[in-house]
Amino acid sequence: MAEATIDTSESTPVPTVVGSSFWRRFRKNIPSLIALVVLILLFAVGLSYWILHLSGVHWPADPNQPDPPAQFTPPSVGHPLGTDDLGRDVLARVLLATHISLLIGFIAVGISVVIGVTLGSISGYFGGWIDAIIMRFVDIMLSIPTFFLVLTVAALVRPNIWYIAIVIGLTRWMATSRLVRAEFLTLRETDYVQAARATGAPHLRIIFRHILPNALPPVFVSAVLGVAGAILYEASLSYLGFGVQPPDPSWGNIIAGGKQYILDAWWLIVFPGMAIFITTLAFYLTGEGMRIALDPKETKQI
Amino acid sequence: MTNTNGHIMQIRGLKTYFPIRRGVFSRVRGWVRAVDDIDLDIPRGQTLGLVGESGCGKTTLGRTILRLIPATAGEVHFDGQSVFDADRRSLRNLRRQMQIIFQDPVGSLNPRMTVEAIVGEPLKVHRLARGRALRQKVADLLQRVGLSPRYLNRYPHEFSGGQRQRIGIARALALEPRLIVCDEPVSSLDVSIQAQILNLLADLQDQLGLSYLFIAHNLAVVEHFSAQVAVMYLGQIVERAWADELYRNPAHPYTRTLLSAIPLPDPHIRRDRLSVPDEISPAPPAGCPFYPRCPQSQDHCRVHRPSLQEISPGHFLACPLEK
Repeated sequence: MAEATIDTSESTPVPTVVGSSFWRRFRKNIPSLIALVVLILLFAVGLSYWILHLSGVHWPADPNQPDPPAQFTPPSVGHPLGTDDLGRDVLARVLLATHISLLIGFIAVGISVVIGVTLGSISGYFGGWIDAIIMRFVDIMLSIPTFFLVLTVAALVRPNIWYIAIVIGLTRWMATSRLVRAEFLTLRETDYVQAARATGAPHLRIIFRHILPNALPPVFVSAVLGVAGAILYEASLSYLGFGVQPPDPSWGNIIAGGKQYILDAWWLIVFPGMAIFITTLAFYLTGEGMRIALDPKETKQI
Repeated sequence: MTNTNGHIMQIRGLKTYFPIRRGVFSRVRGWVRAVDDIDLDIPRGQTLGLVGESGCGKTTLGRTILRLIPATAGEVHFDGQSVFDADRRSLRNLRRQMQIIFQDPVGSLNPRMTVEAIVGEPLKVHRLARGRALRQKVADLLQRVGLSPRYLNRYPHEFSGGQRQRIGIARALALEPRLIVCDEPVSSLDVSIQAQILNLLADLQDQLGLSYLFIAHNLAVVEHFSAQVAVMYLGQIVERAWADELYRNPAHPYTRTLLSAIPLPDPHIRRDRLSVPDEISPAPPAGCPFYPRCPQSQDHCRVHRPSLQEISPGHFLACPLEK
């Protein structure tokens, strides 16, 4: 080799957003960091309360056990968030509903991400008439008022958690597919994809090795934001009586059950409402923090 | 295609047009003629320099002959074998023999793959090596381009521009190709690094008998590197000659302008700069593509479309003034 020196005099490498640098950037966004901590607490509480409930340990009381003499007890030592019209403990019901909301949120988003990524990838990679057909299908899905579709279908079948999660997931994948398609359209033209094509790499290899890994970060962000949306959706459905069915508690149906007593028993509305608010806000702020940490344009400011 | 001995690739009547789509139904309203009826031969074991300003279609030409962009018309033969008519199997085989090096050392390497995965991918795709043998082969390739095998597990962002360009070269070499399209491989590098990469490419050509199509927008870079040089303007070849002949006797007004734009190393010597209007205005449909900017244009350039004519042995020119 006539020329085997390694040049060290060149300009320093440009930092790119991968791995640990993501966390370093995310950490600097204090509201998002707090939101992430809140989310972790929510998970811990929701999961452990569910497990305790299943194993028969109840605190401060059995969430599904009516106690007529205690009905409409205001927040007190025995019932920190009060009791409802049947004398059930509101804190216990809100805590038990946590795992239901999170479960529905994640399953729904999981389904919508799988559908959205699959269709968006095919659409963006192959283009042409395949793209046209898939994107028109997306347009049709977007033009259907899905909330009323879900209500109609829910009226025909007795809803349970899984069913609700699946229906929400099946009607919320369109934004993801458009996002993934746009990423594919951009990444498909990059030089490293052209290089892979020039070596004769098959389509599946190019999609899974070269394009998808680079297209996923914005999908994670939209998925986290989507969980918040799905939780709100579930709360709305349950509020209208087409979601989680009593006596199983859900933040939406606790509010629905308490709405007629709003002037006398405010705690029936306020506490599950706060649970919805805090949870969705935490997801939104976390997602926003992820988005900023992944955005190369924000590099210079931090 | 009578004689293929002297040329590894023959390009005949190549056209690559891109549709301009407008309106609700994306009707085709016109065509961008990126490559417009080009004949070119790439000499075996040597370098053909392809020079022209940004947007003249040289990158499109380079990618079309590798079948990365579909051609509109024309034929390309690699070693006598048609590139555009190749079926899946023979295309796979062709791809082993033709590779590409890119201009942008950042965008040409997948940021989420290690150097080993990037350089080893062609070998994996063609099932030429696996496991430890693959790792050894990649290490050899890195050494070949002047990089330490210690870098196997690093990611592209940990390298400088010149080092990344070396990684891209190692990837192109992995399949032991015979032709490499070098698409402005040094344009985005510092001048000192440019020389290193050019030397590396020249050494590799000597050692491996490679043929290069070397694309550049700067005649100076091509000068010492190419056996032959073709000058491209708005999708057409306007002049083609042996390198020393082209530099000594540039015949096309556009070539002269490009040559006068090369900076001189001595600041006290002033070269008479030829200049042309900056803007590329649309050429008359019938006439010479360079007509609107040409300092020597005459009336008949507006209507007479020139084709390449041999003005002296091996020197071809497309200029309406040459008769």
